[in-house]
Amino acid sequence: MAFAPFLIPLTALALSLALFGVFVSLAGADALAVYQSIYRGAFGTWFSWQNTLVSAAPLMLTALCTALPARMGLIVIGGEGAVVLGGLAAALTGLILIDTNAWLALSGMALAAMLAGGLLIGLVGWLRHSRNVNETISSLLFNYISIAILSFLVIGMLRDPETLNKPSTHHIGEEHMLGALGETSIHWGFAYGVIACLIMWLLLKRTTFGFAVDMIGGNLRAARLSGLPVGRNIFLVCLMGGAAAGLAGMVEVAAVHGRANTSLNAGYGYEGILIAFAARHHPLAIIPMAILFGGIRASSGLMQRDHDLPDATGLVLQGMIFILLLASEAVFARRAMNKGSKT
Amino acid sequence: MSGEESQWLTVLIAVLGGAIRVGTPFLFVSLGECLTEKSGRINLGLEGNLIMGAMAGYGVAWITGSAWLGVLAAGATGVILGFVHALLCQQPRVNDIAVGIALMILGTGLAFFIGKPLIQPSAPHLPALHLGAWSDNPALRAALEINALFIVGLLLAPAMAWFFRSSRWGLAIRTVGESDDAARAMGLNVNLVRMLATMAGGFLAGVGGAFLSLYYPGGWSEGLSSGQGLMAVALVIFARWDPMRCLYASLLFGGAGALGPALQAVGVTSGYYLFNAAPYVLTLILMIAASSTKVRSGMPGSLAAR
Repeated sequence: MAFAPFLIPLTALALSLALFGVFVSLAGADALAVYQSIYRGAFGTWFSWQNTLVSAAPLMLTALCTALPARMGLIVIGGEGAVVLGGLAAALTGLILIDTNAWLALSGMALAAMLAGGLLIGLVGWLRHSRNVNETISSLLFNYISIAILSFLVIGMLRDPETLNKPSTHHIGEEHMLGALGETSIHWGFAYGVIACLIMWLLLKRTTFGFAVDMIGGNLRAARLSGLPVGRNIFLVCLMGGAAAGLAGMVEVAAVHGRANTSLNAGYGYEGILIAFAARHHPLAIIPMAILFGGIRASSGLMQRDHDLPDATGLVLQGMIFILLLASEAVFARRAMNKGSKT
Repeated sequence: MSGEESQWLTVLIAVLGGAIRVGTPFLFVSLGECLTEKSGRINLGLEGNLIMGAMAGYGVAWITGSAWLGVLAAGATGVILGFVHALLCQQPRVNDIAVGIALMILGTGLAFFIGKPLIQPSAPHLPALHLGAWSDNPALRAALEINALFIVGLLLAPAMAWFFRSSRWGLAIRTVGESDDAARAMGLNVNLVRMLATMAGGFLAGVGGAFLSLYYPGGWSEGLSSGQGLMAVALVIFARWDPMRCLYASLLFGGAGALGPALQAVGVTSGYYLFNAAPYVLTLILMIAASSTKVRSGMPGSLAAR
């Protein structure tokens, strides 16, 4: 079963692509041509590769927001809210530091975003531990509350009067925007994502803190009895997950939009949940999974145009992958159990 | 009566009317979720059921010309999604929350995909009772326009409470929800009971969706649901798994949801988006207040065990 971690998602992916082919055929499109469009739009050329990696950047960070708490048995789905609050905090900080140098402004923005997202999800973890409030539902409610706060502020007191169609904050200044990696069009957010996944992997696999986290996830009572600070660890892990998603908000503001507006609420948080499960909450596996789903996101425009499909097509494909992923996980678990009972 | 006073009266009437109108989908989804959770499983996918139900209900009502056939079709899609949820959840090592999120994404995607051609046409609406015909106040008349589905829900809540308390099937569901082992000892098929409870719960959530597209706000669009299916899960916890309390909580949530638009109608616009968040903040506060580190009364045992 050593290959199971790779085999499961790949089997599920192949099956869901097949099912998706049947589905688009029923909708009157040519399945093979649709596959070709997805491939062309996601990985076909250097241009599409760059788009894919740009989409993957926030996805890696939001996936951490679900994957890290999941290692302790918590299912947090508040990535969307953390992205929104992180982006808002980043834009505010960027505007305060607009007269300073770019380095200071960008560090300030990143810190503020990580703090905003981290405290949000940290609060979710704390409520879970101290008040037994279901973390899935509270984090979901925080998504809606965060989006309402963002809409309230960008339409009201933070609005740049020149943004007519899409109310936004003032621009953080072109010279303070997050740059690209070398000669590419891939911004630094991609590097942030990869580095965050690597740090989290090291932390979880190579430190006593990571061991404590896995112990709490594996057996809460045993962890309590051996004197681990369960509440503090839950808070810290949630804080780190939220900080990652908050950073995704900063990346969207500093590298893409230049302002905070409702474009922050683009579903990166919800897609991150799917990626975390696809990666089985393993920080390193998040990187390829995020690139894969970033590819689907990047190619969806081409897929719609080429085949006259509705814009929800990508969502259908994501849903199918998620369902079949869980199903194949179950099939493998059942096989492993049967093997165990025979010996 | 001064102008100021009548304005606040208008807001009050709108909130009361909204409690019923906005609360009806909450009522159906929360009763469905209550039924599923009583059997020991959480279905977070009811948001997907709601949106699929809204789309299917609208589509079928438009094609057949009968709003009630639409309601039935909406329920049927909920049954199918509930079946998928139950089938996946009864496999080893599958998390019901994850399955719920997956079905929410798939249901939303499918509804938006299939429902694309339904944005233009207009389907027949569900009938309503005009209980305010005696009054000459238009706001009061609008508030007292009670939809037939709300009456159904109003009857369903005590019926479900009776079902859990006094019927054999209700006892079976409660036993399965309390303890797998006790249920097996009684000779019950745990997976089958949970599957039926999830499918029936899915039916109710689908009907809640049909209310959205066939009555209020009416019509099919991609922004029709604003998370009512997910909030219903919180609502059930708040209602402590009691169908009658689900009814009261739904009305409360409906009223909270109607507050923002009601204030906007009388010219209080500054905090519109914050008032829109009122139901979410309310849910959160209630959850924090209702929760403690002790096991909550009324909570099915197999939900408390994890």
